[in-house]
Amino acid sequence: MHAIEKILARAAHREVIKSGEIITCDIDLVEINDLYLQVIESFDEMNGKKVWDPEKVVFVFDHYAPAPTIKSAQTQRDMRSFAWQQGIRHLFDINTGVCHQVMPEAGLVYPGMILVATDSHTTTHGAFGAFGTGVGATDLASILLTGKMWFRVPEIINIKISGDLKPGVLPKDIILYVLGQLGTKKALYKAVEFSGEAIENLDIAGRMVICNMAVEMGAKTAYIQPDEATMTYLKSRKVDFDKVVVHETDSDYQFSEQHNFDISNLDPQIATPHSVDNVVPVGAVKGTKVNQAFIGSCTGGRVEDIEIAYNILKGKKINNKTRLVIIPASKEILLECINRGYMQELVRAGATFTAPGCGPCLGTHQGVIAPGEVCVTASNRNFPGRMGSSDADIYLASPATVAVSALLGYITDPRELEGEV
Amino acid sequence: MNHKLMGKVFLLGDNIDTDQIYPGRYIELTSKSDIAAHCMEGVRPGFSSQVCKGDIIVAGENFGCGSSREHAVITLKEAGVGLVIAKSFARIFFRNAINLGLPVITCKSVYERVRESDVLEANLLTGEIKSLRRSEVFKGEPLPEFVMEILNNGGIKNMFKEKYGQI
Ligand code: SF4
Repeated sequence: MHAIEKILARAAHREVIKSGEIITCDIDLVEINDLYLQVIESFDEMNGKKVWDPEKVVFVFDHYAPAPTIKSAQTQRDMRSFAWQQGIRHLFDINTGVCHQVMPEAGLVYPGMILVATDSHTTTHGAFGAFGTGVGATDLASILLTGKMWFRVPEIINIKISGDLKPGVLPKDIILYVLGQLGTKKALYKAVEFSGEAIENLDIAGRMVICNMAVEMGAKTAYIQPDEATMTYLKSRKVDFDKVVVHETDSDYQFSEQHNFDISNLDPQIATPHSVDNVVPVGAVKGTKVNQAFIGSCTGGRVEDIEIAYNILKGKKINNKTRLVIIPASKEILLECINRGYMQELVRAGATFTAPGCGPCLGTHQGVIAPGEVCVTASNRNFPGRMGSSDADIYLASPATVAVSALLGYITDPRELEGEV
Repeated sequence: MNHKLMGKVFLLGDNIDTDQIYPGRYIELTSKSDIAAHCMEGVRPGFSSQVCKGDIIVAGENFGCGSSREHAVITLKEAGVGLVIAKSFARIFFRNAINLGLPVITCKSVYERVRESDVLEANLLTGEIKSLRRSEVFKGEPLPEFVMEILNNGGIKNMFKEKYGQI
């Protein structure tokens, strides 16, 4: 069996499972964000009284942090009172950040667990060897009642990435490239394991970027085999090691598909409107005028990303016809940006910082874009209307490409600035 | 739930994502009729006034990809859509549809052979889809038994309500 199957089998109290089977698993952690008051409404509609285990329930207020409308303020108010009344300790309020960053930082994510959240990017947690998957509100509410969820055991695709990245090329470029090659439907209903030396060489932030965007090819979950780097991170987060179970994939395991990529010669990549798999090298769209650039989200808002922007922009001024919005993915990242002096320098360079959270990533507030505008972003989706007007164009790229494009006012391969960086 | 469904076709393409079905900017709405009013706004403005109860959406690959928002299902259901047939569905959309009692059928072949406004008759138990205009029958995937059980209950809420109602 594969390690992913072993995670599921254990949670289903089974020795052996195979793909295609429907099984019911115990869930280790659920997370509800502030988009889905429907979770609580569905829980009430099902006559729920007490959640099955308040220690295993997390609320994160990130999509509307801080609340931009009365309606979202009400949602957060009602969620707070539900959490308090249910004795749920893990309530991350509007001052904490994006769920997929906040949960690992809080030491709640560990290898071998099943984590289910009301968010499609829950695949991110494969970076820690966890089985993370997104569901809708009613599915989540049924877990609050029962502690369990039904799964179809997925087929597993292996994506093996070899080679060393050239300077100026980032993990985001790897996953954009893979998405461009494999398309948005490659992994529908399936799980994806990323392996190979290029993955092993990535830091945790880079692995999170890769697993985060696996959902853009349809993946139910993503997985990277935990190694020393994982364990070092978990220790720094005071994870309870009694819970950690690292499963190994059997040597005779047969993947449903195998894809190999060598990224030694990879150039920076960009997904052009309006699909994440419309991917070309950045050079191919060079010169496209940029109205807004965005560095943030659960894909591109980590300290590593903001550091890149800092290195590119310190002592400079962004183009006066371009806006640059930067949103640290968490409070901890924000503090680190202040400590290291990144924030001050970036604000001087012309950036607009806003509170940790999702920001304009899903087009609700804090820098949405107008009809006819172009946005180049380190986030993860460029569907029409994703970041504001349905008549705007969104380009997905690495934080380096975003920062350089903000500096010059048009889309630019970050390596063109290499000498100066 | 009636296993035989009949309705008029709205034909859509591949990769109809949740932002097209229900733009994120309306996600804070909670009343069903408000949610229905914005149905398909990102791909076909005016859809909610054109659709009649029981109409059928036929789409290409990866219908419902993108976010996990249940609004995408609620809007379709409340606007009157009775069934979605697609070459493939995004996983979360598929689960949400079943959980909320919106029938879905995966069928590869009907898409190329059907036109906007054709009338189709579909059988959820067999996965068979009949085109009344062409008198052709297409084979879709029948829904597994446990999924039918959820649909028969009108969604997972009703199912659990019975189980947990006594607590
Ligand atoms: S940052 Fe964007 S992709 Fe990530 S959870 Fe928030 S809205 Fe979703």
